Amino acid sequence: MVDILIPAIITIITASTPLVYAALGEMIAEKSGVLNLGVEGMMLMGAVTGFIAVTQTSSVMIGILAAMLAGAGMSFIFAVLVLGLQATQVATGLALTIFGIGLSALIGQGLVGVAYEGIPKLSIPLLSDIPFIGPILFEHDILVYGSFVITVVVSWFLRKTRAGLILRAVGDSHHAAHAIGYPVIRIRYMAILFGGAMAGIAGGYLSLAYSPLWIENMSAGRGWIALALVVFATWRPARVFFGAYLFGGITILQLHAQAMGAGVPSQVMSMLPYLATIMVLVLISRDQKKIKMNSPACIGQPFHPSS
Amino acid sequence: MTETNHSRHESLLNLLDMTRSYPGLLANDQINLTLNRGEIHALLGENGAGKSTLVKMIYGVLKPDSGQIFWQGKETSINSPAMARELGIAMVFQHFSLFDSLTVLENIVLGLEAREASDNLEARIVEISAKYGLPLEPDRHVYSLSVGERQRIEIIRCLLQNPKLLIMDEPTSVLTPQEAESLFETLRRLCHEGMSILYISHKLDEIKALCRYATILRHGRVAASVRVQDETANSLAAKMIGEELSAVNMTSENSPGELRFAVDKLDYSATDQFGVGLKQISLQVRGGEILGIAGVAGNGQDELLSVLNGEIKATPPSAIRIDGKDCANQGPDQRRSLGLASIPSERLGHGAVPGLTLNENTLLTAHDRMGLVRMGLIDYQKSEEFGRKVISDFDVRCHGVGAEAGSLSGGNLQKFIVGREINQKPSVLVVSQPTWGVDAGAAQAIRVALRELADSGAAIVVISQDLDELIQISDRLAAICSGALSKALPTAEVTLEQIGLMMSGVQAMDSEASE
Repeated sequence: MVDILIPAIITIITASTPLVYAALGEMIAEKSGVLNLGVEGMMLMGAVTGFIAVTQTSSVMIGILAAMLAGAGMSFIFAVLVLGLQATQVATGLALTIFGIGLSALIGQGLVGVAYEGIPKLSIPLLSDIPFIGPILFEHDILVYGSFVITVVVSWFLRKTRAGLILRAVGDSHHAAHAIGYPVIRIRYMAILFGGAMAGIAGGYLSLAYSPLWIENMSAGRGWIALALVVFATWRPARVFFGAYLFGGITILQLHAQAMGAGVPSQVMSMLPYLATIMVLVLISRDQKKIKMNSPACIGQPFHPSS
Repeated sequence: MTETNHSRHESLLNLLDMTRSYPGLLANDQINLTLNRGEIHALLGENGAGKSTLVKMIYGVLKPDSGQIFWQGKETSINSPAMARELGIAMVFQHFSLFDSLTVLENIVLGLEAREASDNLEARIVEISAKYGLPLEPDRHVYSLSVGERQRIEIIRCLLQNPKLLIMDEPTSVLTPQEAESLFETLRRLCHEGMSILYISHKLDEIKALCRYATILRHGRVAASVRVQDETANSLAAKMIGEELSAVNMTSENSPGELRFAVDKLDYSATDQFGVGLKQISLQVRGGEILGIAGVAGNGQDELLSVLNGEIKATPPSAIRIDGKDCANQGPDQRRSLGLASIPSERLGHGAVPGLTLNENTLLTAHDRMGLVRMGLIDYQKSEEFGRKVISDFDVRCHGVGAEAGSLSGGNLQKFIVGREINQKPSVLVVSQPTWGVDAGAAQAIRVALRELADSGAAIVVISQDLDELIQISDRLAAICSGALSKALPTAEVTLEQIGLMMSGVQAMDSEASE
């Protein structure tokens, strides 16, 4: 039983990691009051760019960095359009996704079928020798560890730091923040770039560790899942993390169940992760007061300093 | 302007020939102002006179086109609010810069520079709030506070910076008389300790009570700089609007007619916790009568308006009657055809759609009563005619009926909305904050129009935070507090103190003023 369980749990962790990155990044952007629907496109650009960088240089760090920069670069385009030129956030985000799908496919044309062995696993000495827990928690690649760290850091940043408070304030009322003298536009640029970088890493994780290879449109809707997680988790980092694992977990479990031949149509099984995640997050987050306190009131609204 | 020159060295702030223009508008034209240490100085003027532009330049939000600022005798250019704070200038804006979902403490931290937000901040807040009579709990969330409490956050934010100059932009417009009086106490104490205060207002009695000097602006220029004690409220008003204010009491002489609008023990429970529920609201208004409802913002005024005009339906059907017809479970359109018109306090987004033209906004409420739609098709000729009549009757300054509602200034849009409803000759009118943000001349015109409508036989309910206005136009006065409506008393017999008590929820003694 343990022989099945350990690999299953490990796959759950690897399936959830990209969601954690993408959703936390988007959450920071949304906390600042910006809705970026381009997560899917930014992930794909991260995936293809990271894959190219790794196969060209064989350096994992350069690969991850390239994925991050690609995501951030995509989000920079978005930021210039919505913050600089006051474009509608929803339409611009959708365009960014479509653009990312197309551009990544174009760039990645020659990469289909190229092989890469994947980011090496880093076993943490001593801890990884603990039976059962060791292989599950302490024999992963650097990005999995990173996703734990980033969850804690984002949560700490929002709750404990002055910068985090300012970010929340900008999302709560950009007019008030501007009146007090905070640079709303600059803060939103940074939040969007962070979101883009995180989406880039999420995409890089798919092509460098999860698969690891490049296929067109390989994010397969994970960007949209990340967006939904942020809302259903009511903009709270710990719940975003939990939601990502819930989704990743059910995705893997239903695959195993399908493989074992459960007597349920496969289409229904494929729906399960979506249904279960939404239902659980809606149930735990149904406190109206908490929603009002945590949701950024200014989300999606354009802001111009002169008005 | 003799005062500007003699005391540049002793005074705290000196403005010399400050000029600032916007496209098509000279907002400030060579403004001079001298502010001494430890004095409360009034900046008086109508809406659009240029008060906000001037203080925004002092606070570094706007850059002057030309002119000089002398701070403590030294010429200075103030490029940003941060720099103004550095110099010792603090400002409490009319629209608070607060964040609803954050706590009082977090809001105060955000208003301070990073180095000022030290660990013992909470202790300092408690100390200052005790010292100056500004009670506040640091852990409360802002959305749960009253407007008066919110204002205290802003003031404490400023005081924590130990400013030399405190600018206050129409601070009492949202306060009860009692709250305003305690604010004055705080300001006097601050002034006594050597702080200078620039007090922006258009309420003359406040300025008489509080300020030593006043600089009066009219159409972007200094109309006069005066010692307040040498002036009367009427002479100040005359300098402000350039003509004598006719302070007529507009209460009706006629005896009221038939009962036209009746509400009987109406209950409404708020759907979300940010709203206020209504408890056992009863009121009767006769034709020819104006009922004034006073109250501090956030005590159920918005909910009351929505329940009365049908945006929120109430039960049982007999809880609200227009000319004897039950209508509590009818929507706004059906009530409109029964003769009820309403004017909400929020102009943009509630009273008018900002992105639509004035003509289209006219159609939204007048289509039925004025017959602007025939067989589902809009009669544009007729509706434009109606719109043009509103514009000329109420002196709305705009580019005609094709102008977007959002492009009008607040006061002009208010005149348009009020005119649109009054010109439909409703039999019952419910109006909230009819003259909010409207300059004195236009406000007077709106009040006269409301009075005329009542005199022609309509029943009017005016919900307002402006007590002077209510006393001036209403025949009977009630107050709303925490969703409960006090008994209505004849305006002529009620004292200011009684109104204050009614506004804070203490019922007026029946024996003192029986109907």
